[in-house]
Amino acid sequence: MSNRKLVIDRLTTLIIGLCACVVVAPLILIVGYVAMKGLPNLTLTFFTKTLEGIDPTAPASDGGAAHAIVGTLIQVTLAALISLPFGVLTAVYLNEIGGRMSGVIRLFVDAMSGIPSVVAGLFIYAVWVVKAGQGYSGFAASLALSVLMLPTIARTTEEMLKLVPDGLRESALALGAPQWRTSLQIVVPTARVGIVTAVILGIARVAGETAPLLMTGFGADQVNSAQTFSEPQSALPLFVFQQVTNSQGAAVERAWTGAFVLIALVLVLFTLARFIGRPASQRNR
Amino acid sequence: MQLRPPLPATFESDAHIASKVQSTHELGTKDVPPTLVAEGVSAWFGKRKVLDSVSLAVPANAVTALIGPSGCGKSTFLRILNRMHELVPGASLSGRVTLDSVDIYGSELRPTQTRQRVGMVFQKPNPFPSMSIYDNVLSGLKLTGTKTDDKDGLVEWALRRSSLWNEVKDRLRTPGGSLSGGQQQRLCIARSLAVKPQVLLMDEPCSALDPTSTRRVEDTIREILDEVTVVIVTHNMQQAQRCSDQTAFFLVDENRPGHIVEAGRTEQVFSNPIDSRTNDYVNGRFG
Repeated sequence: MSNRKLVIDRLTTLIIGLCACVVVAPLILIVGYVAMKGLPNLTLTFFTKTLEGIDPTAPASDGGAAHAIVGTLIQVTLAALISLPFGVLTAVYLNEIGGRMSGVIRLFVDAMSGIPSVVAGLFIYAVWVVKAGQGYSGFAASLALSVLMLPTIARTTEEMLKLVPDGLRESALALGAPQWRTSLQIVVPTARVGIVTAVILGIARVAGETAPLLMTGFGADQVNSAQTFSEPQSALPLFVFQQVTNSQGAAVERAWTGAFVLIALVLVLFTLARFIGRPASQRNR
Repeated sequence: MQLRPPLPATFESDAHIASKVQSTHELGTKDVPPTLVAEGVSAWFGKRKVLDSVSLAVPANAVTALIGPSGCGKSTFLRILNRMHELVPGASLSGRVTLDSVDIYGSELRPTQTRQRVGMVFQKPNPFPSMSIYDNVLSGLKLTGTKTDDKDGLVEWALRRSSLWNEVKDRLRTPGGSLSGGQQQRLCIARSLAVKPQVLLMDEPCSALDPTSTRRVEDTIREILDEVTVVIVTHNMQQAQRCSDQTAFFLVDENRPGHIVEAGRTEQVFSNPIDSRTNDYVNGRFG
């Protein structure tokens, strides 16, 4: 290579490398900063204690986020349970039946994934909390989250169903199976690992949502899993938000710790999805 | 009895052959009518015609081999025999196919009923990956909502018929995908047999297999003939000679889409073909 070409080659490599760094840097900075601020208060009490009866001016070592962690787990689980059947059936319609409406429905699902989360919250607030008179509850929160989760599950599942070889569909039909049995008893079970991945991605997508929870879950200071359907319930994003806005004393420090736990949770879920979702050939037995 | 049904009017060009083909009627039991009869079947993908008035009678409890170069419509014809052709978007056909004198495209049989009676084994072995060997054999029952009292007995019967029982009897609960290619194909045969079809269609069932596995599948084909009638598409001339009773030679040329040039007893088609093109093909001079 001539000198000139060598220089250009080196320069291009350098620029591309820098661009990659610029992309990764914010993530590292965010996670690093949150860890720096949040880790000092990450003790066992954070997972076991709640904010019940904690004075706003109490030090960060008092109280914890047990109620918020429990609330988040309940809400995302319920949301996943609601979205899973609808998401999978939508994907089956789009990929297996492919009726005349599938183009329109795919457009709607894509549009749905663009709904601002605050709108999803407002929708459930208007319909469920106010109109139906159900009030704030963990369940209302999970309804709002399922609106946001549905398009992720539907579209990811559709991609997973596309990976199922046509030969399996043909084999099932050639045995005399009707279309619905072929879809539900052969195609969906074959893609079950992919569907689990879709659900985890859906959970990771909504676990950090804050705006819809403000209007649905509202927040609470104690663990109230038994009142999921009737009483306001906290969640990690709500915990963070409320500790930040409650700017007295040590509350902000708890918010950092809550944010760190939230990031860790989402990161674990994404890693789990990647791990489960990789091709069988790469998986250890 | 004649092997080929009365030829449609469009068939003059082959009429001289047909008259001789009729002499092959001694196949199978005398006075037993053919199981599956295609009369003047033409097929299209969109506007492209791929089959031109194909007529063929498939004798019961025998193997009919469909041979011919790639793209001559053999697989399409096979898929017409159990209504799989119509699943391809834009596919259409004309003509008549009868199973025991019942029109499979008529109102008497639903497509799913036809496919239960006319099973199919594909080129690529494809046991259902979400199921164990045991469940794969029973999948046809599950998929058609059929109940059976003796599942274990049926699984053993089907696996014995496909000569797989001794190899898998100790690991029936392992996934079907854990078997070798040849074993997977015999599992697919067992899966098809378990719904007790009258006819089993095979679309190049050995083209993805090594010679030993091929041999075992061929032996299996011969062994199941007391239960079913087999129609097999093959590119392997030796295979057609080894395991078929009747052979139909398909060809496509510039003037005519896929059609049968010659059909008759396998020995005759291979040793003393009527048409020179058949002679050239079976002796490996083209295709």
